Amino acid sequence: MSIETLFGLGAAALVGIGLYGLIVLAHPLRKIIAFNVMGSGVFVLFGALAKRGAGAGLHADPVPQALLITAIVVAFAASALAVALIVRLIESTDSASLAGDPLDEGTH
Amino acid sequence: MSTPGGLLLALAVLLPFVGMLLGLVAGGRHVRRIAFVTMLVGLSIAVGISWAWLQVGELVYLLGDWSPPLGIALRADGPAVAMILAVAGVVCGIGLYARADFDTPAGSTESRATLSYWLLLLAVWGSLNLVFVSGDLFTLYVALELLTFAGVPLVCLAGSGETLRAALRYLLFALCGSVLYLLGAVLLYGGYGTLDMRLLAEIVEAEPIAWTALALMTVGLLAKTALFPLHIWLPPAHGGAPAAASAVLSALVIKGSWFLVLRLWCDVMPGVAGASAAQLLGGLGAAAIVVGSVVALRQQRLKLLVAYSTVAQIGYLFLMFPMALTDTGVHDAAVAAGVLQAISHATAKAGMFMAAGLVYAALGHDRIDDLAGAARALPITVLAFLIGGVALMGVLPGGAYLAKKLLLDAADTSGQWVWTWVLQGGAVFTAGYVVLILVRVLRRPAQPLAELKPVSMLSQWAALGLSLASLGLALTAVLGPLPASLVSNPLSPKELGNTLVVLAVGTLLAWGLARRPLFGAGGALRAATQALARGFEQGDHFIRRWPSAMVAMLGIAAVFGWLLARA
Repeated sequence: MSIETLFGLGAAALVGIGLYGLIVLAHPLRKIIAFNVMGSGVFVLFGALAKRGAGAGLHADPVPQALLITAIVVAFAASALAVALIVRLIESTDSASLAGDPLDEGTH
Repeated sequence: MSTPGGLLLALAVLLPFVGMLLGLVAGGRHVRRIAFVTMLVGLSIAVGISWAWLQVGELVYLLGDWSPPLGIALRADGPAVAMILAVAGVVCGIGLYARADFDTPAGSTESRATLSYWLLLLAVWGSLNLVFVSGDLFTLYVALELLTFAGVPLVCLAGSGETLRAALRYLLFALCGSVLYLLGAVLLYGGYGTLDMRLLAEIVEAEPIAWTALALMTVGLLAKTALFPLHIWLPPAHGGAPAAASAVLSALVIKGSWFLVLRLWCDVMPGVAGASAAQLLGGLGAAAIVVGSVVALRQQRLKLLVAYSTVAQIGYLFLMFPMALTDTGVHDAAVAAGVLQAISHATAKAGMFMAAGLVYAALGHDRIDDLAGAARALPITVLAFLIGGVALMGVLPGGAYLAKKLLLDAADTSGQWVWTWVLQGGAVFTAGYVVLILVRVLRRPAQPLAELKPVSMLSQWAALGLSLASLGLALTAVLGPLPASLVSNPLSPKELGNTLVVLAVGTLLAWGLARRPLFGAGGALRAATQALARGFEQGDHFIRRWPSAMVAMLGIAAVFGWLLARA
């Protein structure tokens, strides 16, 4: 097995674990972590593709690396926003639960 | 090579963000003035882009003069130009409406909501423009994320626990969608070595990696668009936000990811997509119309009714795909119809949300059962709501009407009679909730309405103006690019008969499905329809739970993959 395939399989496993976590974990903080695990899977895959796609005597294709940095920043910003929302949610309701249908309780 | 006028595309993206940063520095006291200056300049840029497009056709701007695949190109074709212009118009309309709500009068302290609202409005605008002009799948990923990051805080401007929860649900579900989209984009890069849409369109082939990528990206975008059954986050988010924010979310934000589905399916990978997968997209749209409309009729609050009407209207946006993608290739008329429908919904739905917000502000509540007398108290507002509803029905000449005619023609020529029925039937459901509200607001109140709070005239006229703009889209056929023969006299026997049938069946639906009977007592038939309606409500409730929505997301991706591979 080549090293790229190994990384590809690892990426698939990470995406699978992340997806599973997103489906079954209830606490929003765990969902954020699951989202990050899944995102890491995508990043690993992108890195492996960069190695495989390298041509013209280069060690690796530089384009995915440039895109990866951006994607990591975006995922970081998303996690920060989500955590900030959780903090506000706990401050105002004393619970971070997403359960319960807000529509049933009459919102405005 | 950049075309003349190409620089305008970069400016259209840059300007709202510059305005946003200036507003952030200047603070709550000046942010509204900065926002209005930005809107004025932004609208001029949008008009300039349209004018340049009429002169030279497609506009292209190469960032830093580097051409793809090394550089990034901004491009604007017909649909993109139409969306840029429409979004600029709607943003200005919403801005006029929000002027009174989000103000910092002299002598008062600055409020966080006011500052945030104007900054986020500009951020949504800039992100949308970036979605429309990006020529590259990764730039689009960033644009979509910016759009989500700007949309989520709009949901929780009020800061209450319920709205924070709605915002968090929206963010988390949208993030799942974005990871799936990014995974698809990464796979495409791995397979073809480029993310530029033009270059990809030339080399992409119907093979496993393209099928997987398209299925993953599509379902990720559907989750962000909130197409049934992935509408888990939409009703609480759109129903709970302040009206001026709901209008932005419902009219504009969901159009970004929808537009990208259109781009992927019709421009980048029409050969990969194929007709049978397009049928599934249309089928999900039809299900959205039925479920969204029935649950809308069951709502007790006006804003939630409008939010569920958005769930149904998102379904209409996807009805174009079976007609646009057939075995004989991409049909431009159907694509034009889809864009027209999106613009028509953007204007009409913004007007309806604003009207609902004004009703709430004036009466102090928006309980549908207690709206008696509202028509007399707030004639302009109620008129704005009803005109918006009628425009969405598509029975009077307007944007939705033209879109329906174009799609009916396309369904006819491609021999897809099933979609003819769906298109005709869709109007009936819209008529249901318009009639429901009409009956409630025209009723004489049992006792005179209590003290009404004054609402801004400018806000009322802005709502009416946007609703009328949706009807005004008929001018695209009378003056502009579409054939004038599409518009027939609404008073001719055939058209009038059609309108009356739609209204009659809509009245029946409202009678059978609404919680409180419109008229009469009912009997066995109404008992049966009520049971049916409760069934729909419970089904919607089940499907909007987190695990079922996630499983639905994966299931739809799998079915898309299977349909694509089978074609």
